[in-house]
Parts: sequence; C-alpha cells; structure tokens
Amino acid sequence: MPSPHASVDWESLSLRFAFGALTAVAVVFLVGPSLIVLLTSLTASQSLRFPPDGLSLRWYYALLTADQMQQAAWTSLVVAFWTTAVASILGTAAALAISRSQGAWARVFDLLFMSPLLLPALAFGFAALVFIYQLGLRPSIAFLILGHVVVCVPFVLRTTLAALTQLDPSLIDASASLGAGGAMTFRRVTLPLIGRGVGAGAFLAFMASFDNVPVSLFLADERTEVLPIHLWQQIETNLDVRTAAVSGVIVIVTLVLMLAAERFAGLTRQMR
Amino acid sequence: MRSDEFKLVLPLTALFVAFFVAPLCVLLALSLSVDTDMRALTVSHYVKFFTDSFNYSILWSTIVLGVKATILCLVFGYPIAWICARARPRWQTVLLFLVILPIMTSVVVRTFSWIVILGRQGILNQIVLGLGLTSEPLRLLFTELGVVIVLAQVQMPLMVLPILTVMSKTDPNLADASRALGAGEWRTLWKVTLPLSLPGVIAGCILTYSASVTAFVTQTLIGGARLVYMPLHIYQQAVGANNWPFAAAISVIFMVAVLVIVYLLNLLTRITPSDAEV
Repeated sequence: MPSPHASVDWESLSLRFAFGALTAVAVVFLVGPSLIVLLTSLTASQSLRFPPDGLSLRWYYALLTADQMQQAAWTSLVVAFWTTAVASILGTAAALAISRSQGAWARVFDLLFMSPLLLPALAFGFAALVFIYQLGLRPSIAFLILGHVVVCVPFVLRTTLAALTQLDPSLIDASASLGAGGAMTFRRVTLPLIGRGVGAGAFLAFMASFDNVPVSLFLADERTEVLPIHLWQQIETNLDVRTAAVSGVIVIVTLVLMLAAERFAGLTRQMR
Repeated sequence: MRSDEFKLVLPLTALFVAFFVAPLCVLLALSLSVDTDMRALTVSHYVKFFTDSFNYSILWSTIVLGVKATILCLVFGYPIAWICARARPRWQTVLLFLVILPIMTSVVVRTFSWIVILGRQGILNQIVLGLGLTSEPLRLLFTELGVVIVLAQVQMPLMVLPILTVMSKTDPNLADASRALGAGEWRTLWKVTLPLSLPGVIAGCILTYSASVTAFVTQTLIGGARLVYMPLHIYQQAVGANNWPFAAAISVIFMVAVLVIVYLLNLLTRITPSDAEV
C-alpha cells in the first residue's frame, strides 16, 4: 500500500518492520524443527548430533527390519482410516442438521460435539477406559476407534459447517422444486458444493487420529500399540537414530499429504 | 428441530451419549467412590487433593504453564495474522501453509526435533557457545522455559487461524478511515484493528490454552520426569499407582479448572462490543 504522504512514513515503516521481523522469526521457529529432524535422520553415525557427521540412508534401511515399529504404524493407519470414515459420515450428517435448524437445539448440539476440543483429551481417555471396565468389557480396537471418533469429529463438523454457511439455500429449493427428492438433492447439489469442506475436515480428522496420544494412551494395549505411543516410549527410554528416521518419513509424508489436501480441498482456505 | 433434521443428528448424538457423556458421568461417580467397585460415596479423594500442597502445586503450575505458552503464542501469532491478512492471496496461502505445517506433523516428531535442538549438545547450545555468549551450556531441556518454547511452536496455528478469520472479515475501510483522520499506524493498530480483532484473539487464546495444558507428549518429553503437570499426574495415578478413584478425582478437578478458565475467557467476548467503539 503506497503511503499517502510524499515523505517517508516512519511510523508505518516501524510497524511493518516490527511485525515483519516477528513473523520472520516465527516462520523459522515453525518450520526449522521439521527441517532439522529431517537432516539429523540422514546421519551416518550413531549420534543425534546436528549437523550430522556424514550423510547416509542407513537408518532408513534399518526401518525395513524394525518389525515392532512397522506393526505400530500399520495399526495407526487402520485406526485413522476407520476413524476418518466414521467421523466424516456422522459429522457431515450432524452438520447438515445443525446448519438447517436455527433453534436453541442447534447450539446445544454444536456445543456438545465441539466440546472434546476444549476438554483435556487425556481425562476423556481415562474416563473411556474406566467406562469400558465398568461395563465388564476390555479395551479393543473398536473402542479405540470410537474414542478417536469422539475427539476427531469436531474437525469434520467445523469445516463442513463453514462450507454449509456459504451454500446458497435457493439452490436446494430449486432442486426440490424441480422434483428431486432429499437424497437426490444431497447427492447432486449439496455434496458437490460442500465436498471440499468435508474433504478438508476428513483430512484433519485423519491427521488428528494418526497423531493421537491422550486417548490411545488408555485405550490401546500391546496388541493395538499405535505409532505415536511407540515413538513416545522409544524417546523416553533409549533415544536412537531410527526414531529420527521414522520422524523423517512422517515429516515427508505429512508434507506430501498436505500439498495434496491443498490442491484438492483448498486446505488453507478451509481452515481460515 | 424438525424430525428429518433430528434423524440426521441422531447417530452422532447416540455415539456421544454412549461414549462421551456416559464415560464422563462414570468418571465423576468413580471420583466420589471409596474404591473401584463404587460401593460407597466419599469426598475423601477431593479432600486429599486440596489438603496436599504437592497436588495443588501441580494444578497451579499447569495453569501457569498454559498462560505462559498462550502469551508467547499471542506475541508471535498476532503479527503473523496481521501480515497474513494484508498479504497478496498467493503469499497468504504460502504463509498459512507454513503455519499449518507444524500442527499437521505428528506432535511426537515435533517434540523429538526440539530435543535435538535444545539438548546440552543441541544446535542452540552449539550456537550460543560458539558465539561465546555463555561459557556453560544453557539448560533448556527439562525446564519450564523449554516446555513453554516448544508448546508455543506446537500450538501457534491455533492462535493464528481464529485471529486471521476475524481480521479477514473486518472491513479494511475502518483502518483506512482511521489513517485518513490522522491516526498513525501504531495508533490505528491499538485503537481500531486490535479491538475489532479481539473476538479472534480470545478464541485463539481459548484454543491455545486448552491445548497447552493437556499437551501430554510435549510436557513429558521436554519437561522430563521431574516436571510434573496435571496430565502426567493423572497418568501416573491411573497406570503407575493403579489408584483409579483418585485419578478420577484429579481428572474431574483438571477438567473443571480448564472449563472455568475457558468460560472466563469466553465472558470477555460478551463484554467486548461487537461494533467496537473507536
């Protein structure tokens, strides 16, 4: 924006400089750690020193024989997949109902479904474990998935509701007046228009489930050990470079998935 | 709510009642029970918590930790949102992408990379020692300062996004008018932009705060075993000591403490007039 005055506007410059500098520091602060872990994982030595002593992919090769880690990663993917599927379907249905109704009920439901985001997830994880035992049951992968759905549904709900508020209601009316039923209108009109919102929410839910520790800490057992818990224990006990290699894989996969989500669902626009 | 709307919301409501509301009710009941079989009522677990200074000092340090991390997020997050709201669409997307990137990357991985950075032989100490700023390596790992720094990085997007949402909905003419009437940039920021973006700031603070106090992975890995915060306390009592009723009572106290602060922050939104007096 050009300054309205001909002379140098020091005040405007000082504000821009101060905020620009803070942003620059923050960006380094935000992106730096991921880059550093990526470079550290390429080390040729046994230590986690930075800069690495020589470059090699030996720790990535070591992952090929890390059975426990692979098993945990697979469990995490399965749990995240089912969590995303269930959360997307239930969350989209609930968002449709909430956006259509204007009454106090809509606000009650909205508050209820968003509350897992504010409540300490660890307390909920423990509550779920206590509940399962009180029912006389034992933790299983089904309960683990249900627990993840509860804490991941807010992401789907939020992006879908945002997409629905931008939906022109006259389009729905037009579809209905042309003789399309509710299901047909949803499939042919509503879903294509809110698809990107649902997609972005599903992506966020998947990442949140794959990354979840507080709920898995209580609901996962030896048979259903998930990757974040496995890594957390690895880092707590013996810090080895394989952990850095897994971290490197996760950083790269996350980046690729995010670029795809940006391309197909306009991720940054949906999150605003 | 009409019946067809009710049908749509029913499945998720059923799940939440069965697997969210019910477990929390059972947790509350257990916290008021003598033992895990829930035979007799007692408030002894709550009395134990509040009469032992060790317990409530953990609660207090957790709350303080959340406040510090939130303030650090605000100091950096507000300028990011401000720059982002003024940037050209292309740069806006790039900047937002960089802001969202860390929150998408697994929290265990992000915390792990900070261990490499903050450790005694970490990058930060190599730089500080290399420049001769100190003769001793800085102790950052296993300190509260270290936990605050890492939490700020981990939770930053939660602060930036709500502020940006409010800022991009605000009429840019208001700031222009302020400048046209002779107010400088800093005065415009203080008197116009900041009050108008306050709902976003409060929403950001609520999200950052509630995420920071419950950030188990960051707290345990960066804080170590000696810095105990509420989530680790709950975990130790539940899994380590196997004292479920007491762990339930701590969980209830923790949830109430978080919700009270969220509620108080939320009250600020109502006090702030939506059309700020300029």
